[in-house]
Amino acid sequence: MADHALHHDHPHGLAHQFEDMPQQKESAVIGMWSFLITEILFFGGFFATYLIYRSYYPEAFFEGSSHLDIPMGAFNTIVLIVSSLTMAMAVHKSHEGNKRGILVYLTLTGILGLTFLVVKYFEYSAKIEYGLVPGLAWHPHGENSPQLALFYSLYFGMTGMHALHMIIGIGLLIWVFVKAAQGTYTAEYNAPVEIFGLYWHFVDIVWIFLFPLLYLLGTQGGGH
Amino acid sequence: MAITEQDVQASEDAPSVNYLNNGYGLKSWLLTKDHKRIAVLYIISISIFFALGGLFASLVRFELMTPEGDLMSSDTYNKVFSMHGIIMVFFFLVPSIPATIGNFLVPIMVGAKDLAFPRINLLSWYVYVVAGILGTIAVVGGGVDTGWTFYTPYSSTYSNSNVILAAMAAFMAGFSSILTGLNFVVTIHTMRAPGMTWFRLPLFVWSHYATSIIMLLGTPVIAITLVLLMLERGFGFGFFDPNLGGDPVLFQHLFWFYSHPAVYIMILPSMGVMSEMVAAVARKRVFGYEFVAFSSVAIAILGFLVWGHHMFVSSQSTYAGMVFSIITFLVAVPSAIKTFNWTATLYKGSIVYDTSMFYVYGYLGLFLVGGLTGLFLSSMGLDIHLHDTYFVVAHFHYIMVGGQVMGYLGGMHFWWPKITGKMFPDICGKISALLVFLGFNFTFFPQFILGYMGMPRRYHVYPEEFQILNVASSLGASLLALGYLVPGVYLTWSIFKGPKAPDNPWGAKGLEWETTSPPPTFNFEETPVVTEEAYQYGQIEEH
Repeated sequence: MADHALHHDHPHGLAHQFEDMPQQKESAVIGMWSFLITEILFFGGFFATYLIYRSYYPEAFFEGSSHLDIPMGAFNTIVLIVSSLTMAMAVHKSHEGNKRGILVYLTLTGILGLTFLVVKYFEYSAKIEYGLVPGLAWHPHGENSPQLALFYSLYFGMTGMHALHMIIGIGLLIWVFVKAAQGTYTAEYNAPVEIFGLYWHFVDIVWIFLFPLLYLLGTQGGGH
Repeated sequence: MAITEQDVQASEDAPSVNYLNNGYGLKSWLLTKDHKRIAVLYIISISIFFALGGLFASLVRFELMTPEGDLMSSDTYNKVFSMHGIIMVFFFLVPSIPATIGNFLVPIMVGAKDLAFPRINLLSWYVYVVAGILGTIAVVGGGVDTGWTFYTPYSSTYSNSNVILAAMAAFMAGFSSILTGLNFVVTIHTMRAPGMTWFRLPLFVWSHYATSIIMLLGTPVIAITLVLLMLERGFGFGFFDPNLGGDPVLFQHLFWFYSHPAVYIMILPSMGVMSEMVAAVARKRVFGYEFVAFSSVAIAILGFLVWGHHMFVSSQSTYAGMVFSIITFLVAVPSAIKTFNWTATLYKGSIVYDTSMFYVYGYLGLFLVGGLTGLFLSSMGLDIHLHDTYFVVAHFHYIMVGGQVMGYLGGMHFWWPKITGKMFPDICGKISALLVFLGFNFTFFPQFILGYMGMPRRYHVYPEEFQILNVASSLGASLLALGYLVPGVYLTWSIFKGPKAPDNPWGAKGLEWETTSPPPTFNFEETPVVTEEAYQYGQIEEH
């Protein structure tokens, strides 16, 4: 109830706890960067585990990597890089307060994100079909089968966690899209588009690291 | 909350609307975005878990009264001490001060209306509650027997208890503390009132800033570790299973990369509480303000470089062990700076002999013993003898219970008038501080001796010559339990019957004492303008 009494000239989109729009925007941006730092540490645990086992079992990792589908991975890499571009365009349009521009570029970003997930679905299906899922459908019986399983555990763990972040990203994208369609974002108030953009770029960058570590590894050194 | 008509009438001089009487229904609490109400929600929920964890501790102490395992089977005992640890660490100690007193005070101390993200703050409480429910289901549905550390292969190959559920609960509790830390970092960066520069911030805020850094950088690593563990348990991925090419020691590295810094999540906030209370009871500016401020940050940074001292005896190379040992010794430097500076603050101060002073002295004594015994454990040679004995148990209880819980209780007393608007009887506060201090020492000092004599932790059957000290410890624990029960009684009493608190009952400095008790919903009638450094006790008017 005191909510309204305290603020006379209430700018559009300014939450009650902030003094002015720049303070609110700075808070949102620092908040998202801090969150992304936690995400780096989160994926960092995966990457550290990957690096340790890769140094233990280079042969098995080369072999495991050579069974991954490089064209599909490369296609997905391009899809995500382009989606980062469209996302950056959406943020740019939001600075102009251009509602139509935001909606167009968010749509493109969403379509590219979905494309990535569809390709990922086909990749996962193929792996299940060939029996390359440790613990659930595992067919290799060779001498280095356990080490190979470790590679695929990391493959599914890391790409699965990345895909989960993509799915959350698309959910957030829909939310930002709806808000944008309602005309919430103006040249003055557009922090949600901007910080969602930061999140989207982060998820893309994680893939930029995953692609060479998982897919391209097999083309180097001692692959079969 | 129960606020009677008389109370409202009695407070005619104060503004009639404060955060407590601004809306009464359940909905006004469960959907609140007010950091002060969320702090109260947290106080209630962590108290429940403190009681639950305490119950398991009592069972442990009961069992250890006799050398035979006569009260429970070994399997049950494993579950009891595991649940004690998991509940106390993840559901009480980590959120204890930051989510309650910190949540209440950080925005007020920086002169803001609320935290930067009030909805995220409420979300963190809900995530915590869901985590707590999952944890409770894990307890009721058969318990967990891995120890609070979830070490593989106890938690993977050889466990048949609710590991996934308990790990999920700890994962979510961690998520809740990330959200709290995120809110603090942003609030301290962007929401400081005009004139509130970094070096005018109360040391409580500095220590919460350092704590938040650890929450942001450390917690995601335990999260991913628990994810890997759940994948191993759930899908048979072999991340930590030697049969499948995995390395169980890797789990220990990942686990302690978070869990050692987490120890500082469990001590830094109480150091902030102490800085405020020392200044208030000595009526002096904290000696060497900048040093105390930076020592918090130093502890946060060094804390990330010492995790290997938990693995002196688990196949870590001697040279790595030496580096970890040296860095661990270095942590003693910022900790000692704090202790010396608090003592120097007391020197020639006008000491006030009230409840706060009792808690300050108690804290200094217990933290001193806890900190110094840490040096025993960081020396590699001695640690081989003391590793996994009761010496370790006593050491970390001196830090976590003697430090953080003492700080939590002290802080709750110190800011109780601000939080509830009611005064508690000072004599009761002094008695409780004394009971806690004595009970704590009776409980845990014998454990140092037991550990040195070679009694390992986590065993419930022991040789007869250890019985006397174990009985002493169990009796001490009863005294300690009483010490925790008594404040629960008179503090609750004070909410209903206590006299109304003035705005600044202790004559303390700080923005929180300049607003009303309890504060209005937006903390201040007008945004405060800060014109002086913290703790300018020279100019205080007597009340």
